Amino acid sequence: MRSEWNGFVGGKWETEVNVRDFIQKNYTPYDGDDSFLAGPTQNTKDLWNMVLDLQKKERENGGVLDMDTKVISTITSHGPGYLDKSKETIVGFQTDKPFKRSLQPYGGIRMAEKACSDNGYEVDPEISEFFSTHRKTHNAGCFDAYNQEMRACRTSHIITGLPDAYGRGRIIGDYRRVALYGIDYLIEDKQAQKDSTGRVMTDDVIRLREELSEQMVALKLMKEMAASYGCDISKPATNVQEAIQATYFGYLCSVKEQNGAAMSLGRTSTFIDCYAERDLKNGTFTEEQIQEFVDHFIMKLRCVKFARTPEYNQIFAGDPVWVTESIAGMGVDGRHMVTKMSFRYLHTLENLGAAPEPNLTVLWSTRLPQNFKKFCAKTSINTSSIQYENDDLMRPVHGDDYGIACCVSSMVIGKEMQFFGARANLAKCLLYALNGGIDEKTKKQVGPKYRPYEGDVLDYDKVMELFLDMVEWQADVYVNTLNIIHYMHDKYCYERAEMALHDKDVKRYFATGIAGLSIVADSFSAMKYAKVECIRDEDGIITDFKITGDFPKYGNDDDRVDAIATEVVHKFMTAIRRHHTYRNGIPTTSILTITSNVTYGKATGNTPDGRRAGQPFAPGANPMHGRDTHGAIASLSSVSKLPFKDAQDGISNTFTIIPGALGKEDQVFAGDIELDLNK
Amino acid sequence: MTKGRIHSLESFGTVDGPGTRYVVFVQGCPMRCLYCHNPDTWAMTGGEEMDPEYIFEQYLHNEAFYKNGGGITVTGGEPLMQVDFLIDLFTLCKDHGVHTCIDSSGIAYRPENKKLIEKLDRLMELTDLVMLDIKHIDPEMHKKITGQPNDGILAFAEYLSEKGVDIWIRHVVVPGLTDDDKYLYDLGYFIGGLKTLKALDALPYHTMGKAKYEKLGFDYPLGDTPPMDKKELVAKKQVILDGIKARRKDDGKADKQ
Repeated sequence: MRSEWNGFVGGKWETEVNVRDFIQKNYTPYDGDDSFLAGPTQNTKDLWNMVLDLQKKERENGGVLDMDTKVISTITSHGPGYLDKSKETIVGFQTDKPFKRSLQPYGGIRMAEKACSDNGYEVDPEISEFFSTHRKTHNAGCFDAYNQEMRACRTSHIITGLPDAYGRGRIIGDYRRVALYGIDYLIEDKQAQKDSTGRVMTDDVIRLREELSEQMVALKLMKEMAASYGCDISKPATNVQEAIQATYFGYLCSVKEQNGAAMSLGRTSTFIDCYAERDLKNGTFTEEQIQEFVDHFIMKLRCVKFARTPEYNQIFAGDPVWVTESIAGMGVDGRHMVTKMSFRYLHTLENLGAAPEPNLTVLWSTRLPQNFKKFCAKTSINTSSIQYENDDLMRPVHGDDYGIACCVSSMVIGKEMQFFGARANLAKCLLYALNGGIDEKTKKQVGPKYRPYEGDVLDYDKVMELFLDMVEWQADVYVNTLNIIHYMHDKYCYERAEMALHDKDVKRYFATGIAGLSIVADSFSAMKYAKVECIRDEDGIITDFKITGDFPKYGNDDDRVDAIATEVVHKFMTAIRRHHTYRNGIPTTSILTITSNVTYGKATGNTPDGRRAGQPFAPGANPMHGRDTHGAIASLSSVSKLPFKDAQDGISNTFTIIPGALGKEDQVFAGDIELDLNK
Repeated sequence: MTKGRIHSLESFGTVDGPGTRYVVFVQGCPMRCLYCHNPDTWAMTGGEEMDPEYIFEQYLHNEAFYKNGGGITVTGGEPLMQVDFLIDLFTLCKDHGVHTCIDSSGIAYRPENKKLIEKLDRLMELTDLVMLDIKHIDPEMHKKITGQPNDGILAFAEYLSEKGVDIWIRHVVVPGLTDDDKYLYDLGYFIGGLKTLKALDALPYHTMGKAKYEKLGFDYPLGDTPPMDKKELVAKKQVILDGIKARRKDDGKADKQ
């Protein structure tokens, strides 16, 4: 065994890249409570205050503190950057100083220019000229291939949020590999992969060989970048600090080169805990030191930033990065995967204060240990910053070493990836079905010129028939647009750093998405159980509706309408599955517009459920605001009926509740008179 | 089966009895408490008529959430105005081993009404817990606050104690109205004599009901009365506890004599 691995239990992982095997052989499940946790050190407080100060300055400056306009960001483009070198135990920024946003033109030069100009900066004219004349971008490639219909759909927002001008994101490198194996071994492994490709030079083999070469270059650059910070990651990490540092460097390389809408971290905590347990046993570090490393790591993740345009920030309601880290879950052998490190990661929310990033996500199972559940509940109540996902639902599909990209997209770390595909606006599709493909806002013929709805009262069966026809069309133009996007992204903006930390043969998911599900379900429910009259404007286009009577609304655990929602998801997914997908990606869909629901609402006219034009959609798979009148469990039950097999890229529900509605405080109500009397 | 006149159904009740509960709000209440935060449940008409089977089915749908220490609570409105419905609903519950709870003001209790008592006897066999809301221990003050006398309510408490039904006493502490230490102590002294008293829930007055009054076009009777301060509430609760202790001590002495 290599000396860096002394003290670990050996196995397959020693002779092949297999992080899961290492974790399973070496992790220590923790059933205890949170009493072992350490608070922030003085250095942590000092550093965090510096970050808070920079955040304040950034806000005062209108949202951006500094932008790079001259240096194109690559793994090694920038020298080291620090907050305070003497206090940082985990180092590394995207550029040579914190809060300076990097220049990433490969996704699209116009987007990069606009991100700068909107914030008062100007991209170096030589760079603009180079990317307009000599080096094509992903964005330019897409528009070369788009047809007229695709452009029209993009403009009218019936398909929307497409990643055709910036990084697609949603790819998670197995950053733990850098820590466990060191770069030199990973390069050897990649070379062996390249030597093992087929000898007949088909398109696929040529592309793979070129990609593997790119990946090896990225690995070499990672080593160089780390060296500029005085760190040697050519060999395996020898302790927990090095393990965190190496894992972070892996991640850092990906955000230096890619500005995807979601740049997630993976599932690192239980892996890191193996090192922490070894160090605690050997007396290498104390609990306080280990928490400090974790706090500094999380602090760095909170400082990841990209140059964005105001329009982009409007779509995503802010400036999110979705540095999602997946915590806990159950192992397939029946042991839970909660470790002390699961607690330490969540504890950063107390030590540094609540924050949306990194997006700490607990893979929830009913079988997680009680102490951990209590700690999660406590931290949720105090910070509102934890995301929960159903491990019992995903584990049968992905096993026990998957992670979440963005909000809900699950994939096995280092073995699966996805092509992110934004969303189809189903509410708008319903309006197109009524109006024969004419957009209700622009009055332009965007969709196919099918026969519009002819009666004055909407008949459920007739409208459903028109709707399903229109969904077929929408799925067709949507998947074909995505095929172009991913072809061009691979060609002009390939994720060499992330893919270097994947296996050679990866499983690719071809992700699509739905927006407006609850509107469509309620609209059909209104047609079936109430009376919906349509109102036409002077051009004969249906632009408004009059509803008489009440109808079941999605979000009340009422099968009459919940079944409609389920059916719509199934029909949409069936339509998607019919199509050829780029690189034979496995089609999936998600129902998850957590933040863009406001923008989608603006782009969509009055709908037959009574929603007025411009009003926001419900986020994700949520019921429409205020229509779930039977309390949280009934609301969640409606959501839980949506079929995961037809929405395998994830179903999200945003849950807000005032603390008082979660129960009574112990000091006010003990629930037992004897406890009160004997106080 | 007797239909219930229902105001609304709440699938996630965390403050109306032990655990997570399915909560049935019935329509109709004879009391007009000044600080009522559900004035929309007063009217004896309105609401929706529902079968006990339907309500129980709704509960079963999501039983997984309730079965660990939770159950069904009927509140309102005044549940005991609909005793026949309660008997039917709770019979279903008990057949399935579901924990049952009634949240009541006790106003409907009439010891002289033999037929009612017969029904109540049956209902109490099906009821695991009654949360009894005593608005005020003093008859005059009680009338002022609720428009009704309190002798029947206190008699109901003793009836429950005799029947062996677990009781939680609830008392809303309103600044300037129900927070007088003397009366709180007396309240404690009274409930200290209840053999099945299991918990005391001193509820802080809040102003969240105001919006409902506006919506209904009613004047808000408590005007600008401020919400109850939480720290003060804990002190007020202690006064009630002191009363309970004193009663238990006295009862202990009486037993020895």
